[in-house]
Amino acid sequence: MTRPHRLIILAVLCLGIASTTAFADETSLREIAAGFVGANFSGVSETAQTLAETGDPAAAVILQALREGRLHWMKSDETLMIADRDGREMRLFELFSEEPAGTARRRDLSKVKVNNAIRNQVDGLIGGLTLLSPDPEARRSAVTAVFERRDPAFLETLNRAIEQEEDARLQALMEDARAAIVLADDGAPLEARLAAVATIEARGGQDALSTLAAALSEDAPPALVDAAAEARATVEARLKIWGYSQNVWQGVSLGSVLLLAAIGLAITFGVMGVINMAHGELVMLGAYTTFFVQEIIRTSAPGLFEWSLLIALPLAFLVSGGVGVLIERGVVRWLYGRPLETLLATWGLSLILQQTVRTIFGPNNREVGNPDWMSGAMHLGELTITYNRLWIIVFALAVFALLLLVLRHTPMGLQMRAVTQNRAMAADMGVRTGWVDAMTFGLGAGVAGLAGVALSQIDNVSPNLGQSYIVDSFMVVVFGGAGNLWGALAGAFTLGIANKFLEPVAGAVLAKILVLIFIILFIQKRPRGLFAVRGRAVEA
Amino acid sequence: MNKALAGLALGLGVVATTPAVAQDTIKVGILHSLSGTMAISETTLKDAMLMLIEEQNKNGGLLGMQIEPVVVDPASDWPLFAEKARELIEVNGVAAVFGCWTSVSRKSVLPVFEELNSLLFYPVQYEGEESQRNVFYTGAAPNQQAIPAVDYLMDQGVERWVLAGTDYVYPRTTNKILEQYLKDNGVAEEDVMINYTPFGHSDWQTIVADIKAFGSAGKMTAVVSTINGDANVPFYKELANQGIEATDIPVVAFSVGEEELAGIDTGPLVGHLAAWNYFMSADTDANHDFIDTWHAFIGDDTRVTNDPMEAHYIGFNMWVKAVEAAGTTDPDAVIDSIIGVSVPNLTGGYAAMMPNHHITKPVLIGEIQDDGQFEIVDSTNGLVVGDAWSDYLPESAPLISDWRKPLSCGNFNTETGQCGGTGG
Repeated sequence: MTRPHRLIILAVLCLGIASTTAFADETSLREIAAGFVGANFSGVSETAQTLAETGDPAAAVILQALREGRLHWMKSDETLMIADRDGREMRLFELFSEEPAGTARRRDLSKVKVNNAIRNQVDGLIGGLTLLSPDPEARRSAVTAVFERRDPAFLETLNRAIEQEEDARLQALMEDARAAIVLADDGAPLEARLAAVATIEARGGQDALSTLAAALSEDAPPALVDAAAEARATVEARLKIWGYSQNVWQGVSLGSVLLLAAIGLAITFGVMGVINMAHGELVMLGAYTTFFVQEIIRTSAPGLFEWSLLIALPLAFLVSGGVGVLIERGVVRWLYGRPLETLLATWGLSLILQQTVRTIFGPNNREVGNPDWMSGAMHLGELTITYNRLWIIVFALAVFALLLLVLRHTPMGLQMRAVTQNRAMAADMGVRTGWVDAMTFGLGAGVAGLAGVALSQIDNVSPNLGQSYIVDSFMVVVFGGAGNLWGALAGAFTLGIANKFLEPVAGAVLAKILVLIFIILFIQKRPRGLFAVRGRAVEA
Repeated sequence: MNKALAGLALGLGVVATTPAVAQDTIKVGILHSLSGTMAISETTLKDAMLMLIEEQNKNGGLLGMQIEPVVVDPASDWPLFAEKARELIEVNGVAAVFGCWTSVSRKSVLPVFEELNSLLFYPVQYEGEESQRNVFYTGAAPNQQAIPAVDYLMDQGVERWVLAGTDYVYPRTTNKILEQYLKDNGVAEEDVMINYTPFGHSDWQTIVADIKAFGSAGKMTAVVSTINGDANVPFYKELANQGIEATDIPVVAFSVGEEELAGIDTGPLVGHLAAWNYFMSADTDANHDFIDTWHAFIGDDTRVTNDPMEAHYIGFNMWVKAVEAAGTTDPDAVIDSIIGVSVPNLTGGYAAMMPNHHITKPVLIGEIQDDGQFEIVDSTNGLVVGDAWSDYLPESAPLISDWRKPLSCGNFNTETGQCGGTGG
């Protein structure tokens, strides 16, 4: 959000310095901008329009500040200022130079009001003003805005921009924008408009669809209307094919969330056979650890914010793992072999943990910020891939691989498997089975904590966080086959993808029900899940 | 030995304090969940009530007596609401109860209030289609929130509508009303998309992608969200991540207020809308005083105020005024005297209790700002009277509610001339 905007301003400033003489001077811009003071929405809209009509790139700086709600005026002398909130104060900047101009109390300033309609309008106006900017990022956002607005006033600037453009991709985007303007222009010759339809059809995507549907006025020639309809059908067919890959992607993403939530349970329930109803709360503790870490970083070392998640990971593992060991030593170990009592005891524990967190942190959601590398999305063809989901998939697979490694190739993993397969013999061989139980449970709980760090990025951090995942986690483990990590992996991704293919057809509520029915039927046929193994859970 | 002593001390304490309290106080019940899923919303209302009672006591109490709050915790458990309501009325002998949040909790306590003839002040916006003699609805009915919001968006040029809600009674009824309203206003069937999700839904990828596709038909599209509290955060996060800004597809929400936004980074949400009858940003003296009192009471000046708190403020003041007018806290007398009572609201107007036990409210449309507050961009001209029975549903259109004598009926059917239409 902030980076492109700074670039625009920088770009605009360079341009402004290069060609100041050609444009309106600062004083007259200031005079026009004074129209913002005390204006209602239509007044703001008119002033913005007048500002843009000067063609002065410096106007874009003011418009950008307006767009972001940073444009204020001093109540005392009605001078316009750019202001940012800083705690209870406002930091002020000069209108054109953006040089710091001290601070002011909030009540001394009034904000120039903007609403969505004005933001929309200003986006287009800034687009027109920055088409010729030397900065490619600014030109890119400008051309998107021009494409969406199809304002014929920009045609001339656009033509000039196309001629000057050296980046072939940007040039293509500009030609798309020109096609959109020509398409919407009833005065343009029919051949040119038909060619425009072809250009936009070739562009594809949802914005092409909406342009083709909206650009034609009622008295457009029938040949053009038909061509546009045909182009829409082609684009729609292409989008439909992309839709399947979008479903797969979303399914994989949902699967990775399920995997993260379930993988700790795959150890405590799957390997040890403990029905741990407090599993969700261990996830929640991980999320709250993230919140806690971010709070400390915010107050004492704001520069580390981008690293907050990485710092939170080991801590969350330790916190949840520690609580897990306490639960095992304090409660669960007295109840081995009595699943019903374990279930009730851990259910009670989950309520205690929830209420404890509620008492300490309050019942409200806590704000866990997304670092920049977790925000936004990229486009792969017509696929929208959001970064937070992408990283969560990577993270889930990494945790899975690490866990596999621990179980297969470390002495601790060896002992865990030994105790699982034959407790008596393991004890005879000198393995401290009690200690191994505690460590195994702690490992499962710690992994739940890791999941909490990831889930804090996509879900609410509230005391209820865990509840929404506990049922899904059990579903994954039961479906995948208790006691097998690969089962959890296959189970999570199967359920995720199945859910995402059902959802568009059946709706979110019914999709969940259908998946549940499917699992019930499935375990009738294969009571031990997809990947059945021999272990304590099976023998019990 | 020690235990026995402690027990004795405790017993003595109880004996020593109870009689003094019982004689010269008026008890008021507070029935809000302090644990469980709804604690997130309801705890604040409990605190708001305690504050209002404290303020009233500072100003001399009521009928020369101090007001004593009785707080119980129904723990987000619907049947427990009924039990706790019974306990408040029968055991504690409260004069009135302020409480409930979800419609299902309200429905579960209705028979208790009817049977024991007590008073309930319900402070949350709800789906309407109800008017009960013992209940006063100080939150918004659909015509005081949903319909004006849709009107505002129509003014802004929106032609295609996504009605997205959590799958329970409030969104279903509200969307039924809105769907009919949109059709009456000439919106075509294919320009309305309705979508329901389970409680606490957290994976919004598909739905947001669907909304995006629905919005690419070349007409301006908006989402009308009746998504319940907790599911909102992941929904807005997904919208922001998929790059849908309020300038592309605005979302107007009926359950997202200052309190809900306190848990989100609101930077990417700027421009999305909410419709309420109160915003913390309302620039009136009454509101500034209320916020100052609230901050002083709670001891934390980052805490926000919200619409249901204002509803309690109005409801409590109305009850106080009605009791003063009747000279007694007797429910029957208060039910008679409260109709027509008018008290200031926090946005610079007055709220009056109507014969259908709903109140008059202004409707405000606010845009989310990056500090988690709302900028008021539109408001109705004057006050809107809460309509218990929606005019846009065929089965409730002929029903009216008027608890004044001689009609005294919550669901009078104007077609048949009988009391007792659908719904009860």
